[in-house]
Amino acid sequence: MNIELRQPDVAQKSRLKIIDVDIHPKSSVEDLRPYLSNRWWDHLHTYGSRQRQGFLKGFPYPKSQPQASRRDSWPPGGGLPASDLDFMKKQYLDFYPIEYAIMNPLSPTGQGDQNDEFSAAMAFAANEFQIEGWNRRDSRLLASVVVPYEDGEASRTEIRRRAGDRRFAHVLLRSRTCELMGKKRYWPIYEAAIEAGLPVGVHVFGTSGRPASNTGWPSFYIEDMTEHAACCQAQVVSLITEGVFERYPELKIVMIEAGFGWMPSLGWRLDKTWKRLKDEVPHLRKAPSEYLRQHIWVSTQPMEEAEEPEHLIDMMDWVGWDHIMFSTDYPHWDFDDPFVALPPTLDDKRRAQIFSGNARALYRLD
Amino acid sequence: MTKTARAIDCDVHPVVPKLEALFPYLDPFWRESFVERGIPSFEANTYPPNAPLSARPELRGSNGRAGSDLAQLTAQVFDRWNARLAICNCLYGVELPFSEDMARAVARAVNDWIAREWLDRDPRLRASIVIPTQNIEFAVDEIERCAKDRRFVQVQVMAMQETPLGRRHWWPIYAACERHRLPLAIHPGSTYRQSMTSLGWPTYYFEDYASYAQAFQSQLGSLVCEGAFAKFPGFKVVLLESGVTWLPGFLWRLSKFWRGVRAEVPWVDRSPADIVRDHVRLTIQPFDAPAEPGVVERAIDHLRSESILLYASDFPHWQFDGDEAMPPGLPQALRDKILVDNPLATYERLREDA
Repeated sequence: MNIELRQPDVAQKSRLKIIDVDIHPKSSVEDLRPYLSNRWWDHLHTYGSRQRQGFLKGFPYPKSQPQASRRDSWPPGGGLPASDLDFMKKQYLDFYPIEYAIMNPLSPTGQGDQNDEFSAAMAFAANEFQIEGWNRRDSRLLASVVVPYEDGEASRTEIRRRAGDRRFAHVLLRSRTCELMGKKRYWPIYEAAIEAGLPVGVHVFGTSGRPASNTGWPSFYIEDMTEHAACCQAQVVSLITEGVFERYPELKIVMIEAGFGWMPSLGWRLDKTWKRLKDEVPHLRKAPSEYLRQHIWVSTQPMEEAEEPEHLIDMMDWVGWDHIMFSTDYPHWDFDDPFVALPPTLDDKRRAQIFSGNARALYRLD
Repeated sequence: MTKTARAIDCDVHPVVPKLEALFPYLDPFWRESFVERGIPSFEANTYPPNAPLSARPELRGSNGRAGSDLAQLTAQVFDRWNARLAICNCLYGVELPFSEDMARAVARAVNDWIAREWLDRDPRLRASIVIPTQNIEFAVDEIERCAKDRRFVQVQVMAMQETPLGRRHWWPIYAACERHRLPLAIHPGSTYRQSMTSLGWPTYYFEDYASYAQAFQSQLGSLVCEGAFAKFPGFKVVLLESGVTWLPGFLWRLSKFWRGVRAEVPWVDRSPADIVRDHVRLTIQPFDAPAEPGVVERAIDHLRSESILLYASDFPHWQFDGDEAMPPGLPQALRDKILVDNPLATYERLREDA
């Protein structure tokens, strides 16, 4: 059985190109030093990062393994996983048929810091290093415009700085913002992203400063992970309901690492409720599920695993074959291997759409 | 509607018409206190009375309200929709006050009011025990007090709490539930200890209502991951008015992560999807899929269980149009299970009347 399934994949290795919309090359704070002023370098060393959570080092929900990374992703020459380009090439970029990979730096980036000005300085540095430290050395690695998203105007400034630079694929936010993403304080981000012709990627994690669920703090990492889907549901509801897509019809949002098994049901629920409560939201001119279908893209990893494989196909059908984009999450522990991650029953056309076609169209990578 | 003739309606909502209706069930201290302090009501903000969702238009009386009249409830639920039993889930805000003592007094009054004004007056009615979750000891006392009356068939709490329901400090309530063979019902509603989403307060009521689906997901995750079902094998949870179609995708994700990081929660010794199918039930309204038989059929198939759904009209909330609460296109055998067999299997105390 295994052999039957894997043989077509081996054939695909030579045939398919992959655009991976979520990888995490690692930089150190020292890497960012050349791009930080003395003031913010000193601030970083004196006061550190203040992320609306209590741990000086590490995370409120400790990961399942060091750096949340694959055990085999630590470079033999030392350093953190995905910090060594040569090893990353060997293990990932050249091992798989990667045409492009979008870097979504998670830390150190200053995102979500309590100090907005520090956050802006760090975002600038993180963006510079993505280009100088990575893209210049391997042009398959595309950058994200890291923005200090709690400050809408500072984010606009950073997006404008990168506008027109095709080495940046999208604007990057983390999903746990301080307030719901539909709120006006975040609108400058959407305006600037449209102006620059960039989608807005929302990668899970971050710390909102609020309990990770709307019924309080869960206890475990496994819950922290499942809560990302709930968090992204709330964000999508907010974006739709606040009329963001009516105001910004060109806005395209990519939900990264949040799964997609929740999306069809969310659209159905909103449509059903909208039927009753339309008069509260007169600015919505079509069914909520239509905004969802038109404006939200999703990445695949961690690939949903239905108990019966055909149920997953149903779900992808409901989400929309043209809005699902492949991702590996390299080098993290729950990495999805391109050779085996997609359901084996997918036909070639859909496989090609998910592996690269949809991302190529969204990110205009022709 | 003859096909629903033996149906058991698992979610109907009698409404406390005004605070004074509870006065006969309050001791003199609290009665005087409510009057002297000018407390207007403990009605919860979960269903703004005039919002279209909060009551079917044909049920609204001259004051625009519905659900506080026994004759109206029985005419609708039993006569028009042909149920033979119905479970009353009162949504009065007993979990809202910050004073534990006050909450205990209101919870007792509501349970006694339900028993005297509703259960005593129609033998087809059953009810949930409302509890002051502000204090676990008080909550357990209230379960013990009310469980003696066999017409109370479950315990009910709001979906959004100060802490997730799996947390161990809740467990004495589940021990009491298991002891008395009472399921725990979780209903939309918030104690307002946390914002309606994990990212803050939304602008619109439309978003508030949508956010309950996330709370149900968080509560199931918590109950499973903390090991509540491993500790209490006889413990059952019923999700009321929760929606249904979010469940499979949620279970895929939770079960996948469990395979990856189960060392963190070793007491979860089998797949969360299997645990949920054994211990958790959901009511049918609101049914959150388009009314297309093909989609409904596939969405139901994704649940991989014919036992998990329970019939409910959600009276007087306006969820469905006309008189058909059941989604279209279900095979007759499954319809019968949802309408009759599954509720009977879930509620041991209903079987005493069967």
